[in-house]
Amino acid sequence: MSAPRTLYDKIWDAHVVEESEDGTALLYIDRHIVHEVTSPQAFEGLRESGRKVLHPEMTLAVPDHNVPTSDRIKGIDDEESRIQVETLVKNCKDFGVELFGMDDIRQGICHVIGPEQGFTLPGTTLICGDSHTATHGAFGALAFGVGTSEVEHVLATQTMIQRKSKNMRVTVNGALPLGCTAKDMILAIIGKIGTAGGTGCVIEFAGEAIRSLSMEGRMTVCNMTIEGGARAGLIAPDETTFDYLKGRPMSPKAGMWETAVAYWKTLASDDGATYDIEVTLDASEIVPQVTWGTSPEDVVPITGAVPNPANEPDENRRAKMQRSLEYMGLEAGTAMRDIRIDRAFIGSCTNSRIEDMRAAAAVAQKAIEKGRHVADTVEAMVVPGSGLVKEQAEAEGLDKIFIEAGFDWREPGCSMCLAMNADKLQPGERCASTSNRNFEGRQGPGGRTHLVSPAMAAAAAIAGHLADVRDLD
Amino acid sequence: MEKFEKLTAVAAPLPLVNVDTDMIIPARFLKTIKRTGLGKSLFYTLRFDEQGKERPDFVLNKPAYKAAQILVTGNNFGCGSSREHAPWALADYGIKVVIAPDFADIFYNNSFKNGILLIKLPQEDVDKLMEDAERGANATVTVDLENQEITGPDGGVIKFDIDPFKKHCLLNGLDDIGLTMQKQDAIKTYEEKHKAEQPWL
Repeated sequence: MSAPRTLYDKIWDAHVVEESEDGTALLYIDRHIVHEVTSPQAFEGLRESGRKVLHPEMTLAVPDHNVPTSDRIKGIDDEESRIQVETLVKNCKDFGVELFGMDDIRQGICHVIGPEQGFTLPGTTLICGDSHTATHGAFGALAFGVGTSEVEHVLATQTMIQRKSKNMRVTVNGALPLGCTAKDMILAIIGKIGTAGGTGCVIEFAGEAIRSLSMEGRMTVCNMTIEGGARAGLIAPDETTFDYLKGRPMSPKAGMWETAVAYWKTLASDDGATYDIEVTLDASEIVPQVTWGTSPEDVVPITGAVPNPANEPDENRRAKMQRSLEYMGLEAGTAMRDIRIDRAFIGSCTNSRIEDMRAAAAVAQKAIEKGRHVADTVEAMVVPGSGLVKEQAEAEGLDKIFIEAGFDWREPGCSMCLAMNADKLQPGERCASTSNRNFEGRQGPGGRTHLVSPAMAAAAAIAGHLADVRDLD
Repeated sequence: MEKFEKLTAVAAPLPLVNVDTDMIIPARFLKTIKRTGLGKSLFYTLRFDEQGKERPDFVLNKPAYKAAQILVTGNNFGCGSSREHAPWALADYGIKVVIAPDFADIFYNNSFKNGILLIKLPQEDVDKLMEDAERGANATVTVDLENQEITGPDGGVIKFDIDPFKKHCLLNGLDDIGLTMQKQDAIKTYEEKHKAEQPWL
């Protein structure tokens, strides 16, 4: 009998076209999602060398990073953004790639639409020129973010050159307490392992608390794997996965469905499979999380305070903390709940799915019932992850709740997660954000980001300062 | 891709950990459909103030480091986004080597595909080179890829490890799409087997 294998080992083994003696492998890629920012130079490269897209049918394109989230009918004002989107449209036409254009209800953030369409499937390899491609690992797909050269490589050959990563397992036992979400879980994990904790690894998330998550929650966890330094995150597919995928437009159809599920059930890591690194957390100890600094590892419970660099023994880290506090305009020792905000952003590939919309809307609804609304000093926006998420939210009446509570309800896109479109923070503005990165200038030059869950962002918008969502009850 | 064999140049110290891709090039400069011309946006927020004027205290703005082609920096350089605009900006500015204790995975791959050599060294070796780099233009460093050696300004030699495939591609300036396309038959054979095993794909 062969040695026990991990989920990662199995997907890897099933996709090696050939492997050289030094361990460099040619890996077959089943699925490729393309967006407007990281693909123009790849298509240009194909044109210059007279190459074509080997498998356009395995490739799906969508504009998301640059698209406006209001008045979309007017098109894109910014000339450079418009050119990028138009270039994508032209490239897809020239190379025969399917595109969900700006006026298509299926348009949305690349990591929302792949799963939504059933394009993302267990046991597949999937790449996209975006680091948050790790999201798709929630389905047990080996999904990597890549640069533009690799986008071009996959377009031309449907393969990529790679060495195998290490196996790392993060096990989350127990159950999440009330008020805590998948976002709090992944922030707590990153706080524990650090932003380079998973470098060189593929992380498999396991344990009761992971199993209990919906697909939306699992996507939030895998999405931020890259913030822990790992290129891919994985969760073994199970009934939750199959229930989500069944009947999606690009999922296997009846007849083939049963064969596919039978195969997907063989993917879970074998008993006795070994990992190079193991980390364990207890979900019941997690408290709603919030970041204070400019790296996702700079995370504390909402009940905590801004840490003091003087207590950091490592010189380099102390310098980084000092710099972060200056940038964030914060004093060590300040209670997180006393930090006032100017903006709230609910959206991004981390937290813009229907469950995220519902969680934020539930907080907004509670506020309405208490006669409250978004604080006068705060501007709050909700950006659904796709046209279909928006449609479903509206069918459930969530848009009306948001609007009544004073939130701005917008069109789908990446929006203020990275501020490539018109949605951005002004210098010095402070934002409670459901996105994935609190880097300096990420949400606009000089903007200050605190990463939180959707419910926590909504709670902060209403309170006017960072707030503990559990205090609302 | 341009070949990399050996380089003697000024090394600039950037003693920061977790330098992310938004610091290397902010997202608002990614709205281009070309690979070139990004050097002017490299380290934009660190290099320029709100009025777009050079910050005199930033290392690459100091006269001694204007011609730097080597960067010595802290752990986890290049973390964050997969944007290849980060190595494009470094290359366009003229940086050909970055030395750090470790790099983020995607950035590491992207850099080699653009002729930039990234060298991982133990923290104490990085600290030593950082000290050397602080000495400015008088302190040139030589990086020899063939022999996997860095020679400091005082003649001290540090050996480094590198993936043999990446070394081979860099030394010869190889475009790996061309290499892979020579394996079309192997890919075709694989596809037939894969299609039989997972016919729903």
